[in-house]
Amino acid sequence: MESLTLSDVEQKYYSELFVYCDTDNTKKVASNGRVLDLFRAAQLPSEVVLQITELCGATRLGHFGRSQFYIALKLIAIAQSGLPLRVESLNSVKDLPLPRFVVGKNEAEARHAALYQDADSQGLYPAPGTALIPRPPGRGLQNKKGPPSSTSLPAHEVIQPLAPSIEAQPEPTSPVISPHQSPPTSPHSWRKHKRQHSGGNADRQQVVAATGAVWTQFREPQTGPVTGDGMWSSHSPPPPLPPSQESWVSFTADTPPSSTLPAMHPSSVQESTTIRTVASAATTNEIQRQSSGYDDPWKITDEQRQYYINQFKTIQPDLTGLIPGSAAKEFFTKSKLPILELSHIWELSDFDKDGALTLDEFCAAFHLVVARKNGYDLPEKLPESLMPKLIDLDDSAEVPEPAAEVGFSASPVEVTPNKSPSMPSLNQAWPEMNQSNEDTAIVHPVPIRMTPSKIHMQEMELKRTGSDHNHPTSPLLAKPPELSEETKLPPSMKFVAANTVGDGYSSSDSFTSDPEPITRQRSQSGASPEALKVVAPPPPPPRPQQSHSRSSSLDMNRTFAATAAPGQPQPSAIAFPPAVPPRPLPTQSSVPLTGHRVEAEGVPAGGAVLTTTSPQQIPQQPNFADFSQFQAFAASEQPSSLPDIDKHSEAGQADKISEGAGPLRTVKSDGPADERTSATVNSAKGSSGPLAPPPKPVRRRLKSEDELRPEDEQIGPQKAAAIAAPLTSQPSISRSVGKDKKAIQASIRRNKETNTVLARLNSELQQQLKDLLEERISLEVQLEQLRPFSHL
Amino acid sequence: MFHICLLMFSPQNYPLYIRSVPCQNELKFHYTVHTSLDVVEEKVSAVGKSLADQRELYLGLLYPTEDYKVYGYVTNSKVKFVIVVDSSNTSLRDNEIRSMFRKLHNSFTDVMCNPFYNPGDPIQSKAFNGIVSGMMVQTVCVF
Repeated sequence: MESLTLSDVEQKYYSELFVYCDTDNTKKVASNGRVLDLFRAAQLPSEVVLQITELCGATRLGHFGRSQFYIALKLIAIAQSGLPLRVESLNSVKDLPLPRFVVGKNEAEARHAALYQDADSQGLYPAPGTALIPRPPGRGLQNKKGPPSSTSLPAHEVIQPLAPSIEAQPEPTSPVISPHQSPPTSPHSWRKHKRQHSGGNADRQQVVAATGAVWTQFREPQTGPVTGDGMWSSHSPPPPLPPSQESWVSFTADTPPSSTLPAMHPSSVQESTTIRTVASAATTNEIQRQSSGYDDPWKITDEQRQYYINQFKTIQPDLTGLIPGSAAKEFFTKSKLPILELSHIWELSDFDKDGALTLDEFCAAFHLVVARKNGYDLPEKLPESLMPKLIDLDDSAEVPEPAAEVGFSASPVEVTPNKSPSMPSLNQAWPEMNQSNEDTAIVHPVPIRMTPSKIHMQEMELKRTGSDHNHPTSPLLAKPPELSEETKLPPSMKFVAANTVGDGYSSSDSFTSDPEPITRQRSQSGASPEALKVVAPPPPPPRPQQSHSRSSSLDMNRTFAATAAPGQPQPSAIAFPPAVPPRPLPTQSSVPLTGHRVEAEGVPAGGAVLTTTSPQQIPQQPNFADFSQFQAFAASEQPSSLPDIDKHSEAGQADKISEGAGPLRTVKSDGPADERTSATVNSAKGSSGPLAPPPKPVRRRLKSEDELRPEDEQIGPQKAAAIAAPLTSQPSISRSVGKDKKAIQASIRRNKETNTVLARLNSELQQQLKDLLEERISLEVQLEQLRPFSHL
Repeated sequence: MFHICLLMFSPQNYPLYIRSVPCQNELKFHYTVHTSLDVVEEKVSAVGKSLADQRELYLGLLYPTEDYKVYGYVTNSKVKFVIVVDSSNTSLRDNEIRSMFRKLHNSFTDVMCNPFYNPGDPIQSKAFNGIVSGMMVQTVCVF
């Protein structure tokens, strides 16, 4: 072999390299991977490398002896300087720079030295597998010696910060400097060195022990050298490198997308200390372990989180504060990830879309960057473990979600972006909320707009069912769900249901004109006052279920509802205001009425008295009190109005119309003979179909009346009294008529009074009728409006 | 088959985002849209005060063969959204278009909040794409 004169520097350098390559320590370097790697690191074309190999004689020998190795190195240097490869040039070229091995730009010697010294502490290896652990130090400190975190190994730190900066600044000293510096330090301070050499502990130690030569730009996964491994190679390591190499997620390094993570674990585990900081080291190790061992690579370990927190502090001292977007952008840009990916990471992690990162968001983003640097693909949606709602150590405790990163149906993520800072807890709150909505819908006292009658009905029903509610309108509470379902109501409730159904519509219509979940939206508050109100005004005309603008239709509603409940139309009550029947003679009506009246009065709204007989029916109708008298009249009218009633009732607008009709009828019939009413009532009863309802409603009314008595009493007495007076007078009048003139005159007077009263009532009822009609129209309009939606 | 196309233009009138459903035939919309931009500009300059003109119904582009309805929307920062729909899509109500614009605007704001997004860059946000796709598909499917 040609003689080779090497300068001292060269000598040292070469010897170091040789030692490095001499894994077997046999003073003969076979063409092993290291050598090849080294040569490859020289960034020479393969042909050149081949030529060099031949020239140095390795080909001949089959291996690289020391001399061959040195020759090869020198040839590399020559080739790198652009000189033709000649054996002669080995000694002739002066001032040949040292061969440059690009793998890792070595840091300055000083660093090497430091590293080297610390090499013994082996722990400097940035846990290779800790892909998950970003190298913040590097990131943040580009040219600074180790970030605060990396305290353990100054050398490493040096390296690390350099690593990031390396990319930014090709090592200035690199090839040239390193050799000049004292070797001792880790020859393997590779900046940006991807930790590819996971298992190189032994190697490292060897190297460390071997020489202090600084491998200046010995890129490589030479993790071994000393501590370092912290070197981040700015270039992806050559393929043959141990796959297990993991690179730190240093933002300066390009991590080989891979799978190195898992591989690294074992090695990383071995490497107890990490360069950066004890914390980071530990975290990296653990992270490696965890990332390899768990399904959820998105889980943030405690160490990682601690690391992230530390990094967060460097930007924002206040842990509860926010990192503005620009600062975060700078920070994450150091990771050298493509802007597009960073943008995607930002989208994922900025949960509340406020353009700033909270601690949780920052940790999530950091974690994603780390993962990405280590080759994990970014998820489409933020993994659950990275959700901002998670705080601190909860992450590690979380159960990893397989495929969480990609398949995570982070609905909250998608849904939340509203730029509302309240996001964090929403993720999880939502599913519960959704569920609870259902429940609450049922549980909540669904305000049901109810006429007083309905309220009462419900209350009655509830009482019957034994439900216990504290809510004043408690019946409604339990009822709303049931009522809304309608079908579930017990038979006894049907009445209420019918009412509520109608009420729902009507209430919504009249009150809020809200076509929606009517049962839910009925406001009880509205209902009760309505009920009360209803009590006051004159008995409203029978309202169809929907409209309850005035609960005056209480009685009628209930009545009709009761009739409807059994499924029968409410002919009697529902009939639309038919032609006003001739008013019965006061005498006629009065007599029966008086009797009824009395009964009606006696039975506020109730008429428990009027069960079977028509007279009883009459008073019972107005369970709602007011109509008791009218009922009597209505009863008379019923037969005539029955046909109409039937029609209307079946039209479904029963309540409304019927109520309207009812009272009207009652009013109308008021004048006409009560007897007729009674007779008609009877006859009405007689008529099978149409009349059937009246008895039933009557009965129902009785029931409801019983319960509604308290209210009805309020109503009843008012009207009843008003009507009763003249009515009661009628009988007397009738009697007096036949008696003497004075009596007749008196009766006439009374009749007139009655007439006026009745006229007043009539007008009121007419007014109510109008209102009902309006409500009906509005309901129809709503229905039409709703129809198109049904198609959608 | 209903077509719907969404385009977004920067204040300088170069496209930021183009998306078309169901078929990716944006090109045929380009002419339409560019002419509509003129109209948008005209409106924006004319109206001065109400910059957030939520929509403009540009029925002027009803060709005999192909008829489109072009709706425009301008944000406060002069970013223009243009939606082109088939005229055959008559069931697309105005308020729906408005809601679409609103959603777009919100999504666009989210994109802008991303510090890595430089205003004027084409929008490549996946989230934004997802929202737009969902909206457009929904619109097309509904009608």
